[in-house]
Amino acid sequence: MLRVEAVVKSFEDFLAVNEANLSVAQGEIVAVIGPNGAGKTTLFNLITGQLRRDRGKIIFRSEDIGELPPYQICQKGIGRSFQIVNIFPRLTVFENIQVAVLSQQKKSSLLFRPARNLAVVETRSILESVGLLDKSQNIVGSLSHGDQKILEMAIALGNEPELLILDEPTAGMSPEETFATIELIKRLARTRGLTILFCEHDMDIVFSIAQSIMVMHQGRTLIQGKPEEVRNNKEVQAAYLGGSDA
Amino acid sequence: MFRRIIHAKWPGFTIALFIILLLLPPLVPRFFIYILGLIYVTSLLAMSLNLVVGHGGMFQFHHAVFYGVGAYTIALLLTKTSWPMWVGFIAGPILAALVGLLIGWFCVRLTRLYFGMLQISLGSLIWAIVFRWYKFTGGDDGIHGVPMPGFLSSLNSSYYFILIILAGSLILLYLILKSPFGSTLQAIRDNPQRCEAVGINVKRHQLRAIVVATFFAGIAGVLFVVLERSVFPDLLFWVLSLEIFIMCLLGGWFTFAGPILGAAITVALRIFVGKYTEYWTLILGIILILLIFFLPEGVMGYFVGAFKTRTKKVAERGNP
Repeated sequence: MLRVEAVVKSFEDFLAVNEANLSVAQGEIVAVIGPNGAGKTTLFNLITGQLRRDRGKIIFRSEDIGELPPYQICQKGIGRSFQIVNIFPRLTVFENIQVAVLSQQKKSSLLFRPARNLAVVETRSILESVGLLDKSQNIVGSLSHGDQKILEMAIALGNEPELLILDEPTAGMSPEETFATIELIKRLARTRGLTILFCEHDMDIVFSIAQSIMVMHQGRTLIQGKPEEVRNNKEVQAAYLGGSDA
Repeated sequence: MFRRIIHAKWPGFTIALFIILLLLPPLVPRFFIYILGLIYVTSLLAMSLNLVVGHGGMFQFHHAVFYGVGAYTIALLLTKTSWPMWVGFIAGPILAALVGLLIGWFCVRLTRLYFGMLQISLGSLIWAIVFRWYKFTGGDDGIHGVPMPGFLSSLNSSYYFILIILAGSLILLYLILKSPFGSTLQAIRDNPQRCEAVGINVKRHQLRAIVVATFFAGIAGVLFVVLERSVFPDLLFWVLSLEIFIMCLLGGWFTFAGPILGAAITVALRIFVGKYTEYWTLILGIILILLIFFLPEGVMGYFVGAFKTRTKKVAERGNP
C-alpha cells in the first residue's frame, strides 16, 4: 500500500533521513522504532507532505506522492496524528473532529448552511468509538493530556483514512492511559479496517501490537521485518546498546 | 436559514434595537442621524475586516483599499456614465471583491507579517493611482456631488437604506461565520498546519475569505457614498486601514458584534472629541493602551467573557 524507497532529507548539513526504506501492506500494523533523533518524525512528515524529500520515492497505491502538498495527500487517504498535541485549542471537542469530517465530505466551503447541523452523525460516531462522547462540548484546551492525545488521533479518523499514521500515540501518558490507547488502536484497526503505521518509544507496546517493525538509526533503515527477526538482529542490538536512551 | 437567525443570541434585543433605530429619524436632530449613518457604514467596514482578521487570523493590514474601491466605483459610474444607477450599486462590491481576489492571490502565498507588508505595498499602489490620476479620479480633490436615485434624495431616506443594508449584511456575515466555511476558517486561524493535514486547501480557503470580506467592504464603500455623496483618496489611505484594525481590537477580535462597538466608539470620539481638539487620536491612543493592559479581549470580549463565567457559575450551583 505504501512504499518508501531510498528517501533522503537533509536540513542544511544535517542528514535527518538518509536512505530510508519502508513498506506497509494493506491491513498491517507497522511500527517504526529507533533512538531519539533517528529520523522517525521526519520520515512521517515526509510521507504526509509537511516536509518535502530531497531524493527517493514515496509511493502510495502505485502513485508517487512525494511532490504533493499535505492536503492532497490527506485526500488520497492518508491520515495522521502528531507527536506534539496539535489540535484546535479554541474549538470544542466536537468541532475539532467536525472540521475534518466536513473536509472529508467536501463541505468546508458551504457559505450559508449552519455548520452545527452538518456531519453530526459521523462526528458523533467517531467520538463514541474513541470514548470522548461525554466530553463533546468541552473546549479542548481544558482536556487532560491523555484525552488530547486521543482527540489528536480522532481528528485523523474524521477523514476516513485508509492508512493512519500515528506519531508516538502514547507519549506522555500514564500506564493506564497507555494500555487503554493500545487497546483502542487495535480495535480501530480491526473495526475500521485501517492500516496503521506508528512510531513509539516503548518497546513493550511495539512488540505487543506491531506485525512488522522497521528500525531506524541515524536516518538509515537498519532492517524491516517481523518482531522476532528484529529482536534477534545483531545490528539492531548493537545500535541500541551503542549509546542511546531507548 | 430563518430559524438559525431566530436562534441567534439575544434575538429579542437585536430586533428591538433595529426597530428603535428605524424609528429614530423624525425624533432626533439631523446631525445625530448623520453620525449614526456614519457609524453604520464604519461598522460594516470593521465587521468585514474582522471576518479575516479576528476569525481568519490573517494580517489584513490594508483593508481600506477595498472600501475605497467600492466607493470610487459607484461614484465614477454615477458621475461619468449614463448607465442605470443600480449598476453602480452592484458594481461597487463586485469590483472591490475582484481587487480583493487580485491582491489576496499574491498575499496568501506569504505568511503572517509578510502577508501584511505585501498587502500594504499593493494597496498603497492603488491609493497612489487614485491620488495621482487627476483626469479620471479627481486626484486629491476627489469627486463631489455624486447624484443619487430619487428614493435616496433625503438624509432620512439614506439613513433607512443604510440601516437596512447593514442589517442584511450582518445577517449574511453571521450565517457565514456559523457555516462550515466559517468554522473551517476559524480552525485555520487556530492551526493551519493541522488543517492541511485533514485535507483542507488552506491558501484557497483564505483567499475565498478575503474575497467575501472585500465584497462586504465594497458594500460599505457604496453606503459611504450614499451618505456623503462624495469620495476622496483618504478612503484608501493606510491610516484608515489602521483605524479599522483598531476598531476590531477595541471591540474584540473573537466576538461577532465587537467591531460594531469598536466602530461606534471610534466614530464618536472622532466627532465629539474632534470638535474640541484635532488631537483626538491621542485619546484613542490612551484608550488603546489601557485596553491592551486591562481588556485584552476587547470591550465586547470582556462582557461576553464575564457573562459566560456568570452563567457557568449559576449552572454549577444548579447541579452540585
